[in-house]
Parts: sequence; structure tokens; C-alpha cells
Amino acid sequence: MSDVEMDSLPIEIEYNEDQQLEDLGAEFLGFDLQGETYCVDILSVKEIRGWTEPTLLPNAPSYVKGIINIRGDIVPIIDIRERYGMDHSAYTKSTVIMILSVMEGNRQRVMGLVVDAVNDVLNIKAEEIKDPPKSGHKISDENIEGLYNANNKVYVILSVSSLLDLTDIESHYRKQFSLESVE
Amino acid sequence: MTKILAVDDSSSMRQMVSFTLKSAGFDVDDAPDGQQALKLAQSNQYDVVISDVNMPVMDGITLVKNLRQMGNYKFTPILMLTTESAGDKKMEGKQAGATGWIVKPFNPDQLVATVNKVLG
Amino acid sequence: MSIDLSQFHQVFFEESFDGLEVMEQNLLGLDPKQYDPEVVNTIFRAAHSIKGGSATFHFSSVAEFTHILETLLDQMRNGQREVSAHLVDLLLQSVDCLRQMLTRLQDNQPVDRREYAELEAKLENEIGGEQTASAKVAEANVDENIDENIEEQQDMAWFIEFIPERQILQTGNEPLRMFRELALLGEVLVVANTDELPNVAEMDETLCYSSWRIAVLADVEESAIREVFEWVSDECELVVKRESEAKVRARLASHDSTASQPTLDGQAATSSEEEVADESAEPIEDSTPTQDLTLPNQKDVQGTATSNKAAPVATSGSSIRVSIDKVDSLINLVGELVITQSMLGQMGEDFNIKKLERLREGLIQLEQNTRELQESVMQIRMLPISFIFNRFPRMIRDLSSRLSKKVELEIIGETTELDKTVMEQIGDPLVHLVRNSLDHGIEAPEVRRANGKPEQGKVSLNAFHQGGNIVIEIIDDGAGINTEKVQAKAIERGLISETAELADEDIHQLIFEPGFSTAEQISDVSGRGVGMDVVKKNIQSLGGTVEVRSEQGEGSTFTIRLPLTLAILDGQLIRVGSQIYVVPLTSIVESIQIKSNEVVSLAGNFDVYKLREDHVPILRLYETFSVKADFTDYSETVLVVVEVGGKKIGFMVDELLAQQQVVIKSLETNFIAVEGISGATILGDGKVALILDITGMLKRLNYQKSSKKGLAA
Repeated sequence: MSDVEMDSLPIEIEYNEDQQLEDLGAEFLGFDLQGETYCVDILSVKEIRGWTEPTLLPNAPSYVKGIINIRGDIVPIIDIRERYGMDHSAYTKSTVIMILSVMEGNRQRVMGLVVDAVNDVLNIKAEEIKDPPKSGHKISDENIEGLYNANNKVYVILSVSSLLDLTDIESHYRKQFSLESVE
Repeated sequence: MTKILAVDDSSSMRQMVSFTLKSAGFDVDDAPDGQQALKLAQSNQYDVVISDVNMPVMDGITLVKNLRQMGNYKFTPILMLTTESAGDKKMEGKQAGATGWIVKPFNPDQLVATVNKVLG
Repeated sequence: MSIDLSQFHQVFFEESFDGLEVMEQNLLGLDPKQYDPEVVNTIFRAAHSIKGGSATFHFSSVAEFTHILETLLDQMRNGQREVSAHLVDLLLQSVDCLRQMLTRLQDNQPVDRREYAELEAKLENEIGGEQTASAKVAEANVDENIDENIEEQQDMAWFIEFIPERQILQTGNEPLRMFRELALLGEVLVVANTDELPNVAEMDETLCYSSWRIAVLADVEESAIREVFEWVSDECELVVKRESEAKVRARLASHDSTASQPTLDGQAATSSEEEVADESAEPIEDSTPTQDLTLPNQKDVQGTATSNKAAPVATSGSSIRVSIDKVDSLINLVGELVITQSMLGQMGEDFNIKKLERLREGLIQLEQNTRELQESVMQIRMLPISFIFNRFPRMIRDLSSRLSKKVELEIIGETTELDKTVMEQIGDPLVHLVRNSLDHGIEAPEVRRANGKPEQGKVSLNAFHQGGNIVIEIIDDGAGINTEKVQAKAIERGLISETAELADEDIHQLIFEPGFSTAEQISDVSGRGVGMDVVKKNIQSLGGTVEVRSEQGEGSTFTIRLPLTLAILDGQLIRVGSQIYVVPLTSIVESIQIKSNEVVSLAGNFDVYKLREDHVPILRLYETFSVKADFTDYSETVLVVVEVGGKKIGFMVDELLAQQQVVIKSLETNFIAVEGISGATILGDGKVALILDITGMLKRLNYQKSSKKGLAA
């Protein structure tokens, strides 16, 4: 596959809104991170694109890879492996950026997450979601909404809003400048 | 499809009226004053006209008088949007030829109900 | 059906603020000596619209307040009340009060009506014993209750005799429609009386010759029956009688008419008249689940409506009104762009080298289309400066009476357009400058007379375009700047040395220095601790400048120059390693190849560059931003010297690239603000480049200096 084609691979997933209304479950998109499988609410996934070298953001935490242009929007890219203390792996052409959005007030905020690969689309009903065991995962508990078993795998359901949370980045910047300005 | 002309100088009221009636399945045009409403009424045939009373350029009363003089609006239901304080306006509107009135404030359901009432 | 009314709130607020503006402008133009009914009518209409909207959208505090206001205005309109200066003052206060109420409601904040009670009382006092809307509503409710007290018997029904006037059809009222409506209440029997029907030859089809006797076999409220005939009560004789069902049936069968009993009619009429709309009507939202009617919008609207957590920023200033002309021109341009694109597309189908010339032409056309489209889109953000200028007549009126000065305001060029964002931020500095002109510029009438000037002073606001800038002048014919006083003050404050020999123009500029204030006594008008230095800083932060020219005894002119838009910037692209940054061109003093021998190293790995008589601190961008540069040795690099607020700083970069206009995008849309970066832009190849914020970079330099000192210590 050429660079250009990798640039943007829109996912086309059909979902039936009626099903949701009748509480027949919601759709989730699964993805891989260092041998584990995770998933997020598919409605928050805007698109999947290949890895492109982002523009660096000065003095950002190392897991903030920089910013890229998505149809005129400036979108930050976060490496979740690094953010949650997993091994960092080199980016290849098969590395994927998952563009997620979250509503804040009446505004939509968009962010890209670097993941190893995306896999299945799952339909999960509320009663199929199990409570996560405490601290069993590399990703901290407050980011986890639950567990789901399928295809002989355990999917960790992640909360999009906490994945896209910027609090730690804000405090990183604050700390940096307050330290620098100390006499 | 039933065509309605909504006339009000306040754009929030105009939007609310149009949106409500469109949601109820009507075909709605709107105008910000009597003069523009008259122009629309000349080139289109509306089944119902709903108009505010106090408007710049041409007020609602004058609009009704003008509409009633047009052959194809002789019997068309025309509803005035009035406020409770304007009791004399109701009568003035009636004398000009208005069919009836809707008292402000009204909610979307009342609006749709009133329109359905005057439709044959 | 359930319609979420909150989707219309934003429009309601915008038009209400416009309405208040209209009221204010017209109130100011209201001359008691030359009463103009159209002016009063315009004011009335604006208040009336606000009342109607606020009641509809359940902002009862605003609705009730405007109701009182409207009553007063109605009296003025009908000539029942004379226009007096006192009345105008009261009405202006009401405008302020409404503006405050609406601002709070727009920000999702509660409105406490008690706050406005005093003003309301004054207005009501003016009206004189007139009841308020709420009182009327209460009364109406009482009446309804009385009706309900009548005890019911069984099998009661209604007999109605309906004798319409002949021309009833001409108001669009169709008797059949009313019968249909009655049928909704219960079983209906109708007998038509066609005695009066003429021969077909004589018949006028626009007239109604029939009358009817109707039985409604249901024991409903009388008001329900009356409501059906509400619109035609003045065009018919109507008898409504509650009797046993048997009696009603009998009446219908016989020819016995009861129309000769007008008392019943009269009694009942009062109860339907009392149908005063209840402003505290139940909420519109149905509790039954319904479909979303507006899929794209609904989310946004609910976001603001349900979660008060949303920042007020989200609601205010999030929309812009655009004239149709501008939209039409955009559509035209897009049309041209599409044509160019399809032309180029076709060429691409079977391209050969012979078509090179045509390809080049096509690309030139594309470039032109794009540029025009960009300009056109920018036009959308442009609003006439009258948005700001309009607040000054009121301000001058209030201020001049407080200062006991006579001032005439002249406004020129109010249709000059500028960017919405610039507009929002230039308001306060302008207000400050105008205040300053009135307070310190224009002299008291007796002083002016003594100096042979007309008693009435003059302040002019003048806006015009010049190059890529908008220029705003604030001109007064007052006393001008007293150079001796300013110089003395500046020496006292240590801003200049006693021996400094300064030209008058240089002395004038001293008033913009921090900590400078010439007012001998701080008045409550301009001496609020905010000095001219803040005005200058605010204007500079918009990328603008402010200057003053003054002639002692003749007056002063303040000239503000601002870029037309904040959304576009003339930038110098620079490269550090693989990264490209944009430096605002206006801040660049010069760019030079670094000569190593002009670099002076100070303590703590801190270098300055000797540029003629200046020592410019060097900021090694690769170090500050932690990126890999091509060169870390001075001799290979370029120094881009920038200046802000009189301070210079030099960026050490690998290479100077092109100069170009860039569109500024906020980092904060999806991320957070980063010190030293004012935003980002998208370059021709689709890559993102950061735009440097010079003030922020200067702060960074200071951090670095202090932290290095800290390390060295």
C-alpha cells in the first residue's frame, strides 16, 4: 500500500440506530495494544488513518507526538502505549492513528490515538459487560468501563472521555513553566 | 401539501413558527414584514397566513386589508399573532378581515392545533 | 409533538440585544420639542418584540418587565403621555436593566427580579396605578375558579343558536369548521335555518344566508363552547345555554328560538374575555418520548440546555449574522472554483505536454479563485464598526452631564468594516480613549468661553480603511496635552532623565508609559487605575498601534491602527531542523547571518548579540523547543530579530524560508494553550506549522534566564 492511500482509511461500519433504541446493545471498535485487546464506543470514532509524521509541540510530554492536519483541523496525536507506561514501539506504515471525538459542552473535541492495529467491530449489550478486576491492567482503572469476552479474547472497554482527558498534559505544562520561573 | 405563510419581524418568533409548522408537516414560507409577505402572497397561493401585528414597513393589519382585496385570498384563513394586552388589536384585526388570532405567548402545540382548526 | 424551544434562544437573544440597541438609539434621538411618532413607534415595536419572544421562550422576568415598559410606551405612542427628559432617562435605565437580564439568561444565570423591583416600581408609578401583568393573571385565575363552583347535575347538554352576520365568510371563518370543532367536544346535532336564502339568481356567494341551531350532547365547560366561536363573537348573534339533554333535543326539533335572551350572551362573554395568557404556563416539553426532530442540531442544543457546566463562552458570540450579498458572492466564487476544477480535471484525463500552457493558465485561474474565495470568506467575519460606535452617543450623553461639560459627538465612517474578533476586543480601549477625551481633553464651558472657543466641545470618531489596516481616530477640540506637565510628571516618575531634551511629539507618547497618569485628581470617569499603558497594550496585543498628536489649546487626535483581521497573518516561515515555524512579519526588525564575533556570552550560558548599539538576547529555538537542529554553531545560523513592546529578542534558526499569508488556527480547539505559541497554520503541503507568539517567547526567555541563574547559584 502506498503512502497516499494509507493517509486516510475511512472505516465504513453499518450500525442500526433502532437497535440501540431497543437496547439491543451498542457497537464498539476493537484495537490492539501490546498484545492486549481494547475497544471504544464506535460512535466516538471519527476515522482511522495511517501514521504520518506530526509537527512537534514544544515541551510537550513525550507521549504527545505532535499535531496533524485533518481537513483543516489541528489535531493532537497521543501515543497511548507511552502514556500508560507500556513499551514504546517504532512507528511503521502499519501503525494506525484512531481519531476519536468527545463532546465538551456543546463543542466537539478531537484527538488522535496511536494504536498497534484496529480489529473487529463488536456488538455489546449492557448485560454482557463485566466489571473490571481492580488494577489488573496497564491502563488505570478509571479509564476502564468494563470487560467483554468474545472470540476467545478479553476486550477492555475504555472510556473515551478519560482517554481524551488533557488534565495530565495541562499539569505537565504548568509544572514545567513554574519550575523554570523559580528563581 | 398545505402551504402556510408566516409573517413576523422577530426572527426568533419567525423561526419558531416555521420550524414548528414544518415539523408538523406543512410547507412554510416566511417574511419579516407585511410588504414582503404581500409580495410572496402575490406569487404563491397560501392556504393559511399567520401574521404578527406590530411590524416595521407594513404592519399586520394593513397586510390583512391588502390580502382580503386580492381575489384569491378572499376566504383564506388569516391568523393574527397578538398579545394579551392588545384587546383592541384583535378587533382591529377582525375588522380588517382576519379570521382569528393566536395569543402570545403560545406553545408549538397550540400553534399547530389552531392551524389545524382553520384548515378545511 | 414536542419542540425544543431552546434551539431558538440564541436567535432570540441576538435580536433582543439588537432591539435594545434600537431602543437606545431612538431614545437618544427622542426630542421632546419635536415629537416624532415614528420614533416612539419604533421604540415600542422593539419592546413589543422582546416581550413577545421572552414570553414565548419562558423568560418570564423579561416578559413581565417589558410588559410594564410596553404599557408606558403605548401611552406615549397614543399621545396619552408627554415625552420628558425624565421619562427618557427612566426608559434608558430600563434598557440597561433588560440588557443585564438578558445577558444573565444567555449565560444560564438566574435573574433575580427583586434586583429590578425599584426600577419596576418607578415605571409603574409613572404609569399610575396600572396593574401589572402578574396581577391581571392572578385575577383571571380567580374568575375561572368561580365558574368551577357550580355543582353539576346529570345529563346536561348545550344548546347553541348561531346567527352569523352575512359577511362572516369574508374573514375566512367557515361555519362548517366550527361545527367540526364542536364535534370534538361530543355528539353534535345541527339544524340549519335557510329561510333567508335568496333565489340562486340573487345569491352572492361571498355572503352567508343561513343560521343554525346546534346541540352539543356533552357536559363540557361553557368556555370550551365559547372558544369555538371566539373569533366570530363580533360577527354573530350567539346563544349558548346549558340545559338537560332532553330539553336541548326538544329545542332543536321545534322552531322556538331563544335568541331573544341576550343576558346569557352578555354574562358568558366575560369569562372568555378573561383568557389572559398565563406567562408561567406549563413547560412545553412533553413527557412522552418523541423522536428528535433536528438530528444535526439537537446535540448542540441539548448540550447547552441540559448541562449548565458548559462554559458561557459556548453560547455567547458563537454565531454571526451575514448579509445575503456576502453569501451570494461566496456561492458565485465556489461556482467558479468548481468550473476551474472540472477544467483541470478534464485536462488530467488525457494530459500531454502540448497542454502545458493551458495547465499553467488553469493553475493561475485556480490560484485566483482560491484567493478570491479566501477574501470572500474573510468578508463574512467583517462587521461595520457602528456596532461599537453606536454605544458612544449614550456614553457621551451620560458623561457630559456628569462632568457638566457640553459635548457634541460626530461619527464618521461607521460603515467601515472590521473583523468580529477585533471588534470585540477594541471596544474597551476605545471607550477608555473617548472617556479620556471628555475628561481630560474637553474643557469646562466657562474655560472654553474664556479661551474664545465655543462652549460646546466636539469629539469625533472617524473610521476608515488604509492599506490592510483599519484606522480609528478619536479627535477632540479640547485643551490638548500639556507638554510641560507631562514632562515634569515623567521626570518625577523616573521615566525620563531631567536633562533629556525631547521633542513635543516624544513627550506626548509618554502618556502611554506604564504608571503614568496626568489627572490631578482622579475622577470617576477615566482615572480608574487603568492607564493609557493598558490601552496601548491591549491594542498591541491585537497587532495594532496607537499614537497621539496634540496641539496645546487646540485638541488631540488619537490614532489607532489595527489589522483588518486576526484570522490571517503575514508570516515569515523559518526552519529549525525538520520543523517549520511562522514568525509574524510585523514583529520582525531584521534577519541577519550571525557573525560569531558579535556574540557576547554572559553568565549562565546566556548569550547576547551585538547589533549596532543594541544587545539582543539570543533564544536558541532548538534548545527552547527541544528539537534537533541542523546547526548548533552560531556561524552557520541566521538570527531573526523581533521586537515587541520596545524589547528585542533574536531567534537562532537554521534557515529563512518564504514569506506568506497564513490562516491562524487555534491550538485550543482540540488541545491546550502553549506558552510562546499563538496558534498553528496549515502550509501548502498540508503540514502543520506553529505560529510563534513574540510576547510569550519573551516570557520564555525570562524563564530560561532565571532558571539558568537558579542552576548556576
